[in-house]
Amino acid sequence: MISLAGRDIIHSWGKFVLTGFGLGLLIGVTLSMAGIYRGMVDDAKVMLDNTGADLWVVQQGTQGPYAESSSLYDDIYRSLLDMPGVLRAANVTYLNMQVNHGGHDVSAMVVGVMPGEPGTPGHPLYLIAGRHITRSHYEAVADINTGFQLGEHIQIRRNLYTVVGLTRRMVSYNGDPMVFIPLKDAQQAQFLKDNDALIQQRRRNADNPAFNRPQTPDLVDALNASQSTNTYVNAVLLQTKPDVFPEEVAESIRRWKRLQVYTRPQMEAIMFNKLIDKSAKQIALFLVILAIVSATIVAFIIYTLTMGKTREIAVLKLIGTPNRTIAGMIMQQSIGLGVIGFVVGKITATFWAPIFPKYVLLEPADALRGFIAVVLICALASLLAIRAALKIDPAEAISG
Amino acid sequence: MAESNSIGIKIQNLRKRYGEGDTAVDALKGVDMQVGPGEVVGLVGPSGSGKSTLLKCLGAVIEPTAGKMTLGHDVIYDDGWKIPDLRALRRDKIGFVFQAPYLIPFLDITDNVALLPMLAGRPNAEARKRALALLHELDIGHRANAMPSQLSGGEQQRVSIARALINQPPVILADEPTAPLDSNRALAVIRILNQMAQQYQTAIIVVTHDEKIIPTFKRIYHIRDGKTYEEPGEGKSFL
Repeated sequence: MISLAGRDIIHSWGKFVLTGFGLGLLIGVTLSMAGIYRGMVDDAKVMLDNTGADLWVVQQGTQGPYAESSSLYDDIYRSLLDMPGVLRAANVTYLNMQVNHGGHDVSAMVVGVMPGEPGTPGHPLYLIAGRHITRSHYEAVADINTGFQLGEHIQIRRNLYTVVGLTRRMVSYNGDPMVFIPLKDAQQAQFLKDNDALIQQRRRNADNPAFNRPQTPDLVDALNASQSTNTYVNAVLLQTKPDVFPEEVAESIRRWKRLQVYTRPQMEAIMFNKLIDKSAKQIALFLVILAIVSATIVAFIIYTLTMGKTREIAVLKLIGTPNRTIAGMIMQQSIGLGVIGFVVGKITATFWAPIFPKYVLLEPADALRGFIAVVLICALASLLAIRAALKIDPAEAISG
Repeated sequence: MAESNSIGIKIQNLRKRYGEGDTAVDALKGVDMQVGPGEVVGLVGPSGSGKSTLLKCLGAVIEPTAGKMTLGHDVIYDDGWKIPDLRALRRDKIGFVFQAPYLIPFLDITDNVALLPMLAGRPNAEARKRALALLHELDIGHRANAMPSQLSGGEQQRVSIARALINQPPVILADEPTAPLDSNRALAVIRILNQMAQQYQTAIIVVTHDEKIIPTFKRIYHIRDGKTYEEPGEGKSFL
């Protein structure tokens, strides 16, 4: 038996291709939405991967350093290094900010890292140009997506930094590129007040009788000095020894140091459940709406195409064509339309993904799932047209 | 009149009532008709006389209310359908030729004709071979690969005749087959129907209003107020 649907599609290919193209753009948007979600998840995973850490030590009672703010004294890492099972420990600060570059701002996550050899937790894992930070001040390594070039000067708060290295795919959980600077500079950038605020603070201290007792004449100077320095970091990143379970080390730190410690799976859970959960639900809702819109469009198109063939279907029924053949023809056409739409959608999504400002990750498994969904949606959408076609009276082929 | 032991189609006291009670309408009030194999008869009547209802009953599209219909040697209706699968009955035992050819626009003319045997489960190649032979017999074999839209009205009607004949049914119902055609083409279609009726021993009933072709029938059934009246036709030569 010949394929009636196939012949009809070949005969009216222009109509099908144009309709499929329109549907394809919609499917392309759907695939892109799924890609945006995957990109968000991947960004979050990449950020955790890039720290090179097995454990995140943060302020007790917080879910920092990404989901909440967290402050720890910067000397805690020394005591953590002495804990059994700890291989490396490094302080780190994270600061979302606008980095001035050539007169315009670039949204970036500024990461303060301790001086150390490559592989130290928090450092960029690899460079694609230049070198790692070797000085304690005013050097930066930037992700290439910032648009910074080697040797350029960028401004963070009041200080200028020279870009000495470029890296790739070092992003925050929301896709902002990272800029690595020395820890001391980052601490200053994070907490240092401006000059006016410092002067006002000193005046307040000087006017406060509690700090100006005759017995302790240097108290106010000491206080002013302490308020113009920052000894806090957001987290301490730990690498554990290869033969040790990170959870055992984490438990030991929780018990003896009274700090909050997260393992990699726990940190992933915080990232996905606290930070990108709402965005994921929003995207999921968009996907559902787009699926409904696609199904409605396919149903309407197939219904219209079918109703345009009322007389032919009446003739087919009159000359003895079984219902299953007619239903099969309509369903195959609907699925054919979906396949055309999917091919167009996949191609367009692939081409426009790099244009998106955020990372769009188009996974083959998602494409396969999308294809199955398109086929199912098209099959379901054809039911309305099939129902109408089966109601057509073969007597319509006979005049009178 | 054909011999009683040589039946193409035979209808006895066929009745059809639409609706019930006070609103009931008797469209057919006891129709008798018999057409022998190889015979072409005309069915003529004014609008509303019951022609279309009779055609739909004969085509197993609607169910009569009472009566008896015999197709070849098979009683297909006797106060109820005797054949369970009416679609298969229409596909295998009844050919249809319509006022407009109603060819499937997305199939070439060979596949339009071959579709019926394919639906009956015959292999594609065999069905297409038979269709092609039939198209050649009807002098349209040279357009075998053409799409219906590329044919003239007369050519399309010849294709629809080929489609009606492909399964060699005992009866063909032709509903105003010459209505859209000019005199020459109309007479050509009637000539073809007569040739095919003879060649395939098919009984053909031609429903028509067409004054051009009525004189060509040897027998004519007039239908008025749901009843048929047989009278001899002129049987004029159409060559």
